[in-house]
Amino acid sequence: METLIDIKNLRVDFALRSGTVRAVRDVSLSINKGERLGIVGESGAGKSVLGFSIINLISKPGKITDGEIIFKGHDISKYSYDQMRKIRGNRISMIFQDPMMTLNPVLTIGTQMMETVLAHMDVSKKEAEKICLEKLTKVYIPSPEKRLSQYPHEFSGGMRQRIVIAISLLTSPNLIIADEPTTALDVTIQAEIMDLLLELCKTENMGLILITHDLAVVSEVTQRIAVLYAGKVVELGLSEQIINNPQHPYTQGLIQALPQMAGGKKRLNQIPGMMPSLLDMPKGCPFEPRCTICIERCKQEIPILKELESGTQVACFMRNGANKR
Amino acid sequence: MSAILEIHDVDKHFDISGSFLDQLQLSKGKITRKRTVVKAVNNVTLDIQPGETLSIVGESGCGKSTLARTVMGLYKPNKGTISYRGDRIDHLNSVKMLPYRTKMQMVFQDPYASLNPRMNVRQILEEPVRFHNPDLSRSEIKARVSEVMLQVGVDPVWASNYPHEFSGGQRQRISIARALVVDPEFIAADEPIAALDVSIQAQILNLLMDAQEQRGLTYLFISHDLSVVEHISTRVAVMYLGCICELATAKELFSNPKHPYTQALLSAIPRLGGKIGGHVRLSGDVPTPINLPSGCAFSGRCPHVNERCMQEIPAQLKLESGSVVACHGIEEGRI
Repeated sequence: METLIDIKNLRVDFALRSGTVRAVRDVSLSINKGERLGIVGESGAGKSVLGFSIINLISKPGKITDGEIIFKGHDISKYSYDQMRKIRGNRISMIFQDPMMTLNPVLTIGTQMMETVLAHMDVSKKEAEKICLEKLTKVYIPSPEKRLSQYPHEFSGGMRQRIVIAISLLTSPNLIIADEPTTALDVTIQAEIMDLLLELCKTENMGLILITHDLAVVSEVTQRIAVLYAGKVVELGLSEQIINNPQHPYTQGLIQALPQMAGGKKRLNQIPGMMPSLLDMPKGCPFEPRCTICIERCKQEIPILKELESGTQVACFMRNGANKR
Repeated sequence: MSAILEIHDVDKHFDISGSFLDQLQLSKGKITRKRTVVKAVNNVTLDIQPGETLSIVGESGCGKSTLARTVMGLYKPNKGTISYRGDRIDHLNSVKMLPYRTKMQMVFQDPYASLNPRMNVRQILEEPVRFHNPDLSRSEIKARVSEVMLQVGVDPVWASNYPHEFSGGQRQRISIARALVVDPEFIAADEPIAALDVSIQAQILNLLMDAQEQRGLTYLFISHDLSVVEHISTRVAVMYLGCICELATAKELFSNPKHPYTQALLSAIPRLGGKIGGHVRLSGDVPTPINLPSGCAFSGRCPHVNERCMQEIPAQLKLESGSVVACHGIEEGRI
């Protein structure tokens, strides 16, 4: 399999007056061509920052302080603003959470779509319009010719998100980063959007990074899952493995906390406590204060990802055998 | 067993037509006055039994929050009656409503918006006690607040802190404590976990279930998260465009959904390790509640629609299993 994007030891820091927030800490991930990867974590785990940092959208005071993002043989994390503009929205595009915030309310859908095409492709206006219509048809917008001259408020939430997806498809990107694309939508519409994304990834052979807090959604759509906790990947592996046989105590806790896993029992399994503040990280494993199986070593050292026999990588001294020195 | 709360044929409409001049329209050369009315809740009949958890599910805009607020007396219904233990409460003024306020409490969705940022936790929790029980001494109030704080898992030493010093989960615990502190019988919880993370959701749900067990509470639970609803409810009502289309026990509804909308809604729930694509596709979008379809609210999107569905509003039909369904297709045996 050909690697599409390779993230190596990525580190993103936010220098605040109250201290440095290490939002993403030494994250290494790679995605193959046409592969779908899910990034799961709670709010504040750093999953959105990770997504934004891939296309260098980190705003000040945030900064990529270390690591590489290799895309097509080049380290795009070091690209200048102008170089990055040729990649962002062209080879790698992004879908955001709230379609009402992403679309400009005072421009028609057509204007917004044409802008993207004309900025990235050397085509005439007529050809650009043809591309727009073709992509709108792909996301099942009925009578796209009429729709091009309408404004975002004339569409429903689900339609708007489909238009955002159509915009991200315009330049036939190699990778789409979808940051909680259905969190603002209802379940029935969520199912439609996920269906559409899955279908498009398959037909266009696109890579997909799906960032979400919903384990059930990623397990349905993606092939691999990375679980993020306090800026670190704590578990990475095939979706089936992670869902059916989670190794890290945090992943286990997350899955067990779902109501459908409670079985006949009335009480849900809960993870005690909450995620530590990113300003005040424990010295050792970030999950140690909430962990039920931690040992003395967890308080002192930060565990690194190690591969198990099943192929799943896990960062836990109790699981990856690293504690047997 | 008599119901703790009976909602009979309740309508709640909002007039959004604005001022007199805004209502004027030019049509066919004449100036006419036109009103625009949002029909948020239509002909809802429900009863809530003591000790049960009745959940209301539906997509955004279907009127579930409006129904809860109407029940609590925050809105006056346009039609119909609401009775609490047999006493009609929907037409009471705010003074006469007071004794019921200690019996019925509400927990809101967003704990960031529902707690006053300028009051500390002690003030937030003591205010309702003092207001409803003016005879209690200071120490009695303090004891009661501490007891409730312990019960919801917030250490009473934090009582002098302000809401912004707490995390989302802790704030929701404080909102629940505020509801519990006047010792209610009935709590309407409007999406109490929607703003929280997965691992915190489980903590709050456990807290709600524990409180129910200890105090014998009755819940009206509103959520769009169907897997949560399946877990905690006794009975579930499915709403679509302000109408109840199905009401059944949680077990019956999730294992054997009858109404075509319920079937579509349930098939859309993402399942852990499931495969995508098996869900029932509905054509089109939810229509606006301003121009309701003349017949069944769901008729525009229903795969089993016929002529009668377009004309006539379906009545609530009681099935053998005890479920209530409003659908012509089921009544005629077509579905």
